Amino acid sequence: MNKLKALLGWIDDRFPLTANWKAHMSEYYAPKNFNFWYYFGSLALLILVMQIVTGILLTMHYKPDAAQAFASVEYIMRDVPWGWLIRYMHSTGASMFFIVIYLHMFRGLIYGSYRKPRELLWLFGMLIYLCLMAEAFFGYLLPWGQMSYWGAQVIVNLFGAVPFIGPDLSLWIRGDYVVSDATLNRFFAFHVIAVPLVLLGLVAAHLLALHEVGSNNPDGIEIKKKKDPVTGIPLDGIAFHPYYIVKDIVGVVVFLMVFSAIVFFAPEMGGYFLEHNNFIPADPLKTPLHIAPVWYFTPFYSILRAVPPLFNSQFPGVMAMGLSTMIFFLLPWLDRGAVKSIRYRGSIYKSALALFVVAFLILGYLGTEPTNVWGQFGSWLGGADRATVAARIFTIIYFLFFLLMPWYTKIDKTKPEPERVTS
Amino acid sequence: MRKLFFALLLAPLAVFASGDEIHLDNANIDPHDAISIQRGARTFVNYCLNCHSANSMRYNRLMDLGLTEQQIKENLLFATEKVGDPMTISASRKDQKQWFGVEPPDLSVVARSRGTDWLYTYLRTFYRDEKRPSGWNNLAFPNVGMPHALWQMQGIQILKTESEEHEGHKSEHKKLVLEHPGSLSAIEYDKLTRDLVNYLSYMAEPEKTRRSQIGVVVLFFLLLLLVPAWLLKKEYWKSVH
Repeated sequence: MNKLKALLGWIDDRFPLTANWKAHMSEYYAPKNFNFWYYFGSLALLILVMQIVTGILLTMHYKPDAAQAFASVEYIMRDVPWGWLIRYMHSTGASMFFIVIYLHMFRGLIYGSYRKPRELLWLFGMLIYLCLMAEAFFGYLLPWGQMSYWGAQVIVNLFGAVPFIGPDLSLWIRGDYVVSDATLNRFFAFHVIAVPLVLLGLVAAHLLALHEVGSNNPDGIEIKKKKDPVTGIPLDGIAFHPYYIVKDIVGVVVFLMVFSAIVFFAPEMGGYFLEHNNFIPADPLKTPLHIAPVWYFTPFYSILRAVPPLFNSQFPGVMAMGLSTMIFFLLPWLDRGAVKSIRYRGSIYKSALALFVVAFLILGYLGTEPTNVWGQFGSWLGGADRATVAARIFTIIYFLFFLLMPWYTKIDKTKPEPERVTS
Repeated sequence: MRKLFFALLLAPLAVFASGDEIHLDNANIDPHDAISIQRGARTFVNYCLNCHSANSMRYNRLMDLGLTEQQIKENLLFATEKVGDPMTISASRKDQKQWFGVEPPDLSVVARSRGTDWLYTYLRTFYRDEKRPSGWNNLAFPNVGMPHALWQMQGIQILKTESEEHEGHKSEHKKLVLEHPGSLSAIEYDKLTRDLVNYLSYMAEPEKTRRSQIGVVVLFFLLLLLVPAWLLKKEYWKSVH
């Protein structure tokens, strides 16, 4: 024991090991009233690690070559020992990552976690989200199935709608006139090296920013305002280690149960996690009738389709899709509410948020289906697709949630915040 | 150029199971029935593997189903193949395109893209159509390039369109009628195709049954792990008020 202590002392003289352990674990004080919504940060970290480990194992057998990619995935599924498990963990992990991140972001929305002093924390989080979308997009091409291929073709073509430089821009991204071997190779490079590096850096920044300002909580009040006069520890704070470590372990086990149920019993998730058409090798000569991105992109894809073209250009739709993700960056400055947490907000904010969630979910659903899924209106509406009209209405609601926020959060009748956290 | 046009013409059909409008029959396969899969493997090797490949599937994988290496060699292999070889074919893609208008797709994972019900329906709804180059057409896959490979067993079906007047509403529905019986009865043929589809489903994911067996163990372990994890949390949080 004394020898171990001596070793620790030796390290501490040369590297801030104990200091960092204290700062980020045993003496990082988090509010004691975290609820269900506070599991998803640590779960996102868990999935990130799982994706990196399974991803490294997959690269040992995967061939980033248009002629071999599809077959190499099947080789992993059959001939590599436990390859099927590694692959399903990675494909399920991708979808679960988005589920966890969406819940994590929703937590931020309901408890106002993006508000002062956590604006930068939110911005880092949003950058992580954008990176994650890029990572998922690049990775989805790699199995080289029909949906991989045509999904990439559609998304890269979107850049072609940018005025003046569009066609050159999409050519530059693809490295060829169509999605091809050159595209596959560069997407592989982005997926396994470039984006993960940025992602890890951003995650570190996200955590550093969090530990600088301290965690928000379901009451949306600052626990640092009420400290023990002797110790200087927030009265409502408890040490992350051991309290939240042991609590998060419970969350991890429950999460792993859901995760394993999908991996072992329904890895395709009815075609939502692994699309049926992606079991057909990519064929540049056969365009699928219905091309849909994977479910986590579909709310934005719906917005893209909903916006009508202007002067024969898809650019307005592309802009709207870009804006629909970017607008989250502005949240800290759009929200003028007197309180942070939904617990003390008035009915206006609650209704607005509920409407936004409904819009997000319906847009997400519509994005997985062809536009004629709900049939057409009669001639009185020019026979328009019902789903397109609905997507337009919900796109407007989606944007109004943000654009009207400065106004409706200000006039909203809020309740007084408590002095100390409630349980 | 003409071939390219032909391929493009067929493209949407090939990618999207264009049988949306037709009712798919339930394949009702039992993935745990190794004997059924073995019979399906024999049909597959004898009737499908001549034109279609299954490049991802190795012959000796069939040992999963309880076959021995010797049995595979004697019953399923041609002289030149080794038991560890994948199910490749020797016909050139170019020739095949010449013959059928399209390259017959590799069938390794066809059950995952098409679904077993579609395959079961497709294999049973071929009918004689003199307008097609091959002389065959299909209800689940209209204008399919493939001729009916199992016709000697199923016999020859023809398409009859029946008009029906019901309370002033005219409705037409298509019906397949067996014109020349084959060597198997209808029930026997259904069984043959069911076995074949069971094999295709197995081949698309050989680990499938083992996967769910392992899943039960994993979930049971996690359930056990939840107990100490929960107790640990409870113990530590006693001091938090």
